[in-house]
Amino acid sequence: MSALFDILASAGLWAAVLRIATPLILATLGALISERAGVLNLGIEGIMTFGAMSGWLAVFNGADLWVGLLVAALGGAMFGLLHSVLTVTLGLSQHVSGLGVTLFASSFAYYVFRLMVPVAGTPPTIEPFRPLNIPALSDLPFFGPAFFTQTAPTYLAIGLAIALAYLIARTPVGLAIRMTGENPHAAEAQGLNPMAIRYGAVIFGSALMGVGGAFLTLSAFNSFFPTMVQGRGWICIALVVFASWKPERALLGAILFALFDAFQLRLQTVLSGVVPYQIFLMIPYLLSIAALAVMARRARVPQALMQPYRRGER
Amino acid sequence: MRFERREHRSTLLVIATPILAVIAALAIAGLLIAAAGAPVFEAYWKILTSAFGSRLSATETLTRASPLILTGLAAAVAFRARLWNIGGEGQFYLGAIAAAAASAHLFAGLPSLLQIPLLFVVGAFAGMVLLLIPLWLRLRFSVDEVVTTLLLNFVALLFVSMLIDGVLKDPAAFGWPQSEAVDAAARLPKMLARSRLHIGLGIAVVIAFLIYFVQTRTVFGVQSRAAGLNPSGAVFAGVPLGRTLVIVAMISGGLAGLAGTIEVLGVKGYVTTDLSPGYGYSGIVVAMLANLNPLGVVLAALFTATMFVGADGMSRSMGIPTYIADVTVALSLLSMLVAVFFTQYRIRR
Repeated sequence: MSALFDILASAGLWAAVLRIATPLILATLGALISERAGVLNLGIEGIMTFGAMSGWLAVFNGADLWVGLLVAALGGAMFGLLHSVLTVTLGLSQHVSGLGVTLFASSFAYYVFRLMVPVAGTPPTIEPFRPLNIPALSDLPFFGPAFFTQTAPTYLAIGLAIALAYLIARTPVGLAIRMTGENPHAAEAQGLNPMAIRYGAVIFGSALMGVGGAFLTLSAFNSFFPTMVQGRGWICIALVVFASWKPERALLGAILFALFDAFQLRLQTVLSGVVPYQIFLMIPYLLSIAALAVMARRARVPQALMQPYRRGER
Repeated sequence: MRFERREHRSTLLVIATPILAVIAALAIAGLLIAAAGAPVFEAYWKILTSAFGSRLSATETLTRASPLILTGLAAAVAFRARLWNIGGEGQFYLGAIAAAAASAHLFAGLPSLLQIPLLFVVGAFAGMVLLLIPLWLRLRFSVDEVVTTLLLNFVALLFVSMLIDGVLKDPAAFGWPQSEAVDAAARLPKMLARSRLHIGLGIAVVIAFLIYFVQTRTVFGVQSRAAGLNPSGAVFAGVPLGRTLVIVAMISGGLAGLAGTIEVLGVKGYVTTDLSPGYGYSGIVVAMLANLNPLGVVLAALFTATMFVGADGMSRSMGIPTYIADVTVALSLLSMLVAVFFTQYRIRR
């Protein structure tokens, strides 16, 4: 028992929680905003992979880290545009289109990476984001190292979650997005353009997914390797349901999830040899499934989610 | 500009669709090859000759196509009933490990004629169980099965990794995590001597015809289609929706599990965590390229296998990353989606 307590009481655990949560926060927000407008984006896993690759590649070729994030955002937006054309304009199945985007984006990322970076024994690395030491706060005992020595994108992600919570709940733009996701015909009757709103939400959301992926290669690690996203995208789709399509809950959900993840990583070292490590690695995925089972019925799904909108057609 | 539903779809259009889609995908992938500074037509010629240029390469391509037919059928059967089984990869691995374990411990020593069919049942059953969990979650808690089947892929692969690094580990493998070898009598007979091509290909093709028959000629075939097209209408017409979905899931998961079983019994003889180069995921593309038609799946699997085997050879000689195969296959899926749309709609100004 005391071993468990020691883990929970270590500042290192809490520092890791925010680090693990950041890509999840960003990508979950991306998936969330697009679903609030009525479009499920299963391209998320591939878009995160492409973001991780393109952001890293830009920095590897001499770009600034922030430019790397921007490149990842633009790459994500590009695939968001593709998904929008397929699902909004053509009204194709959002499931199948999203899976197609994932397959395309990830294999395209691997192709470009292999082409630009020759095979090497040790993967090439970049100089990632440094922890941002906030004066005074960083020096606090426990809280300092636990919460105030993160890299800049982590603070950005948290700020963004709060900003999006406000945007969706309190602004005309948020109302327009929500209306489009609940009832696009009513939105159109109000003089809004549901198609344009869906395009905007999907493209913006995909840009966030790209940035979420890039956090992995530009802050959490310092190199890119295939399959590094490891199902994080799918976990984010589950987190959206868990968050009941609310940004503030998405923030909490991602942090809660990261807490479990960071905890199991440390538990692994304590229990190594007793329990196979694979059991621990399964936990995040099983946890996501459990969260879905608990929340799916309770959550309020946007009513027009996954329904294509065609003007004048019911 | 707006879209208008076509009143009539000509057979020619339906047949031309996948061909046009593949040509479009090859054209876009050609741009990527050109961007890498390689001659495009030479690269495609190399892909074709690497996949079919010799007896060895042709049998290799057919060997690669066999599991793809089965995972493609698994996806096609499920998608037709709007059961989004994206868990083919996990079901594949579970089928493989279940068969390997049963062969090494349960049925070792049984004659081939008895053992192989038994292992098929065991492997199919394992895949089935893995899909019934997300289906149960959907029916009981209305959880979208896309995400759960995807997540279970990771769980299944970790589970297999645990087994082959633990209780099922081959002690003679110099510490490598791989399962004990299957019983010699469990190895599938070859379809062609001096090649890796095994009877799995024949089995897969026969199953494709069987499914075609079931879908077009039986009540269940109609019910599963109705369940996909209009669930509430189907219920109104007296289709037992839950039961239909359970049977569809059993067939779909079973086929993916069988694919894994056949791969381990036919090719490798033991399980590692790289037994499948994404057969489960490629199966989704195969199914979509075939427009969910079971016979089309056979052709689509052949195309996909050609791309993968061909790109391997082309990559070695021309220095283009093998991922070009994955890119082309993914692009084929996307262009197929668009092409199918335009067989159903026309543009009106």
